[in-house]
Amino acid sequence: MTLPPDPGSKVAEMDPEGRPEVHRSEAPPAAGPADAPAGNARQRITGETAPIPEPQPEAGPAAAPAVQLEGLRAYYGDSMQLKGIDLEFRANEVTAIIGPSGCGKSTLIRCINRMHEEIPGARAEGRVLLEGADVYDPSVDVVAVRRAIGMVFQKPNPFPTMSVFDNVAAGLRLTARRRENLNGKVEEALRGAGLWDEVSDRLGQPGIGLSGGQQQRLCIARSLAVNPEVILMDEPCSALDPIATLKIEELIDELKQRVTIVIVTHNMQQAARVADRTAFMLSGELVEVGPTETIFTKPSDPRTEEYVTGKFG
Amino acid sequence: MSASTHQTETLARFAPSAARRRRDTLARRIVMAGTILALIPLVLILYYLVHKGIGAWSPSFFTSDPTGNTFFGGSKIGGVKSAILGTIEMVALAAAISIPIGIGVAVWLVEYGRDSWFAHTVRFFIDVMTGVPSIVFGLFVYIVLIVGTGSSYAGYKGSIALALLMLPIVTRSAEVVLLLVPNGLRESALALGAPRWRVIGRVVLPTALPGMLTGMLLAVARAAGETAPLLFTAAAANATTLNLRAFMNSLPVQIYNDITKPTDAVVERAWGAALTLVLMILILNMVARLLARRNRLA
Repeated sequence: MTLPPDPGSKVAEMDPEGRPEVHRSEAPPAAGPADAPAGNARQRITGETAPIPEPQPEAGPAAAPAVQLEGLRAYYGDSMQLKGIDLEFRANEVTAIIGPSGCGKSTLIRCINRMHEEIPGARAEGRVLLEGADVYDPSVDVVAVRRAIGMVFQKPNPFPTMSVFDNVAAGLRLTARRRENLNGKVEEALRGAGLWDEVSDRLGQPGIGLSGGQQQRLCIARSLAVNPEVILMDEPCSALDPIATLKIEELIDELKQRVTIVIVTHNMQQAARVADRTAFMLSGELVEVGPTETIFTKPSDPRTEEYVTGKFG
Repeated sequence: MSASTHQTETLARFAPSAARRRRDTLARRIVMAGTILALIPLVLILYYLVHKGIGAWSPSFFTSDPTGNTFFGGSKIGGVKSAILGTIEMVALAAAISIPIGIGVAVWLVEYGRDSWFAHTVRFFIDVMTGVPSIVFGLFVYIVLIVGTGSSYAGYKGSIALALLMLPIVTRSAEVVLLLVPNGLRESALALGAPRWRVIGRVVLPTALPGMLTGMLLAVARAAGETAPLLFTAAAANATTLNLRAFMNSLPVQIYNDITKPTDAVVERAWGAALTLVLMILILNMVARLLARRNRLA
């Protein structure tokens, strides 16, 4: 059983068996061995039986959890934007969500940390399981969910009144975490976001004085500072130039040692570069999910093939 | 045909016609004339203020209270110290009442009330309040706090009337500025796992502060220049007092009383007081702008 994360592996390295996972009944199974949910098994065990020994990646203290969506529906007022999504984001993997504009990609990830409900009139149904616990359970504190599941937005949005340092510290201060060793935590987060060397001599300067790519990495550092287990990225590079994009992509590759990453992207090349697995969505439905290579080379659904080959979208 | 001739001909295609040029010139002149027309009264007011008021100024003008003796000229009429201090005291108290409430209402409207029917009702009444003549606020306080309680005039009652006047100005301007705070900032703070009240306190309000300061200033300037709400709430007094429960003098009321007197020196004191009032507001304005600039990063 080969399971990520392998600290040495590069991003495009696929699961050698190339297991595709077909979630929607109308989608026929793709080529390759039949469904073997080995990844699922590991996650399902974690809470229930004795912990299985697993290789500890050097970069992170513990393996990140998996996220499972079960029958997730999302509404804006009366219109249903997500029409029942079943999908798993495996631990310490990067899962990319692709699909044409308006297909519900962003809505989907905003449902995972319950940001969707911040929009007036918006609501979600179904279950989002973080390590087996439903984040939509009435007993769950939405604030705690968001501390465990960080988010990076499309537009870099450092807090304009705060310095570089304060922006990163904001996560800790806003959530009233323990303040000791704030300097150390800020440095660690900035290093984690690959920004430390560029900003260590201007921590006191305004965060919005950085370049666009640096601002986005500052935002990543800001979410890293609160030690999330999952990071959701909503088209994090769409406002950045290619060099800045490359840096973020390299960063994503490093971060998956510590966290589970879900990235929404319009850019199919980006999905191919960074994602271990890719999910294709269309009109609020999940068409297909599987190893990135499979999705891009031999997708099982003709709609996926049309999209990834550029016939529409 | 040479290349340059060709270029001239090509450029001629894009040249505006004579009629177009005339219309453009005309429109520019009309707009310019309107601007100058609007500036004329403004400049004249400032000119007359300085021209008529500066003569009343002397060290004792600022350091002595009015004597109440308005029939003799010269230094016997006294200065406006009690009016300056009274205005500062009453407006400060009015600001201390109306600014926290106004910002609280604005935060509720923007962050919580949003499009609910109650929020719309609140907005409607705030708009109505903005249009209420200032003397009505004075009347209201007079009826409730003076006639209603059977007590007398007092500085704090004037402050309450001024606070009522300021409240809609503070609220509406703060609401507009809070709406300008990008939603992405709220979302990213919420996504960090911050409770809503902390997002408002640490991210939304600091971002909106420079803009809100402008609205507060507008309200303070407006209140400092109001006579009507003070006439029968704080009344007028000659002596300087720090007791907000006593009768209290103020610059607008001092001006109102002085300008109707037959003695030239007293009328001149009114002009001097008016110049003082305008200068106080100007200084306050500049200080606030400096503060706002220092608070805004980058």
